[in-house]
Amino acid sequence: MMDAMENRETLLEVNNIEVIYNHVILVLKGVSLKVPKGGITALLGGNGAGKTTTLKAISNLLKSERGEVTKGSITYRGERVQDLVPSDLVKKGVIQVMEGRHCFEHLTVEENLLTGAYTRGSSRGEIDADLNKVYEYFPRLKDRRKSQAGYTSGGEQQMVALGRALMSRPETILLDEPSMGLAPQLVEEIFHIVKSLNEKEGATFLLAEQNTNVALRFAHYGYILESGRVVMDGPAADLRENPDVKEFYLGMSDEGRKSFRDVRSYRRRKRWLS
Amino acid sequence: MPEQLVFATEVFLNGLMAGVLYALVALGFVLIFKASGIFNYAQGVMALFAALTLVGIMEGQVPFAHLINAIFGTEIHHFGWHVPGLVAIILTMVIMVALAWIVNTLIFRHLVNQEPIILFMATIGLAYFLEGFGDIMWGSDIKKLDVGLPQGINLWIDETTFNIFDYGFFIDNLDIVATVVAALLVVALVIFAQYTKQGRAMRAVADDHQAALSVGISLNFIWVMVWSVAGFVALVAGIMWGTKSGVQFSLSLIALKALPVLMLGGFTSIPGAIVGGLVIGVGEKLFEFAIGPLVGGATENWFAYVLALIFLVFRPQGLFGEKIIERV
Repeated sequence: MMDAMENRETLLEVNNIEVIYNHVILVLKGVSLKVPKGGITALLGGNGAGKTTTLKAISNLLKSERGEVTKGSITYRGERVQDLVPSDLVKKGVIQVMEGRHCFEHLTVEENLLTGAYTRGSSRGEIDADLNKVYEYFPRLKDRRKSQAGYTSGGEQQMVALGRALMSRPETILLDEPSMGLAPQLVEEIFHIVKSLNEKEGATFLLAEQNTNVALRFAHYGYILESGRVVMDGPAADLRENPDVKEFYLGMSDEGRKSFRDVRSYRRRKRWLS
Repeated sequence: MPEQLVFATEVFLNGLMAGVLYALVALGFVLIFKASGIFNYAQGVMALFAALTLVGIMEGQVPFAHLINAIFGTEIHHFGWHVPGLVAIILTMVIMVALAWIVNTLIFRHLVNQEPIILFMATIGLAYFLEGFGDIMWGSDIKKLDVGLPQGINLWIDETTFNIFDYGFFIDNLDIVATVVAALLVVALVIFAQYTKQGRAMRAVADDHQAALSVGISLNFIWVMVWSVAGFVALVAGIMWGTKSGVQFSLSLIALKALPVLMLGGFTSIPGAIVGGLVIGVGEKLFEFAIGPLVGGATENWFAYVLALIFLVFRPQGLFGEKIIERV
């Protein structure tokens, strides 16, 4: 299966990009990655590693936060996309689900979903059909379709955010930190939905996640970011077995339980990664 | 019916009519505030500018005539034609849309993600600029505006009430027209905001503009649209007030009366602006009628503000404002 992934066509390619916020803060220092069609690619790393910035650089939401890509290139299907506005990217089939859900809280769940279809010129009937499809994936949302999104639970809001993105009929979904603030059981549920969307609908995912454990179980390929650089990448199965990843990101080590005395060496060893 | 009650009823009706005009101005505030979080101090001046432009076009005035005459020593003032009311209204609307586009392109698109206070200051600047610009463009004299709306006492109501109560009510025809127009405007705006794609996008932008961007909504388009609609509302308010009391500088000050209306009705509610306007209109007239003589009159000057203050203490979101959603 992994070999099959490697032979797929590359949809999205990020080539050595540098991102600067407010003209002074250098956040990404040369990030490159490839997202193959039909795969789930994970972008891993701790707080402030640059995962969200990478996604926003691709979806072009950076500009409204006073950030800009100063070096490198981003191409989608071989076409340079870094100068497009977000709505053009959505029309091309690239949509971002932002970290922390970002539902329209005063709109009902259904209205939230409908805003996802904003860029489409489709007929009412087509949109209704897609709405029903979203409700099939997220039956819970159907029960709550008339409630204000601001009053739904964190898990439901994550489903709204994901469902809203699906309404744009995307080819590639940039999913930022879907596990944030959710109970483990819900995280599991959301990832299963992501997986079935990937398998049944053929949706391509680029997934930024701190929860390395879950992400590597569901993804096909992973990149590990540290302070704005890619420090390691490989098929998810290989990363899971990598001793450094195990120790630093999965909290397991070959020597079994760790004593506090080793914490220092952890810090020292971590340095070569950055 | 006792005489006092008959008077009170007449006062009540007149209050309703005055309230409609407050509501019209408040409506413009609500629209922009809802969609962009900007408290548009310039809304009153926009009404003035719209009314000035309308009169100018109808009278065939040469824009910037004083400026041109001063520079070139010419003596031109009028093109010498008169434009019919409806055509002039449409042309004015085109100008208000252009104004919306200019305001967004030159000012607000550069202020995305700034604090509300900065946006507010920008609108104060806009208000003073527009006021001066309107003066230079159309002159500062008081103008009469007549687009053909009926004016003067409604004789039918006068007669009917006279036959019933032995006392004829004085209701101005213009007030009746204003009420009908305002009602239609509100219904149209509510339908637009609740049931159309662009209206939904407008509310989405109001809630979270980053998320709106992420689903492909163009903020610039929505903001130009909202400022255009607010310009249209300003035009309607300008026509009503201008017809009633002439187009003059004080028109821009009615914006201040819209503030208590907004606090009462809620800054984010279109029906709230209407109900707030009516409550304030009726409230201040009835208060003046009942309590005014006891305290020496002139209560209309402060009644609305005191009422707003009470609301701020006990119900800060107003009667119809969106509940402040706070999840823990």
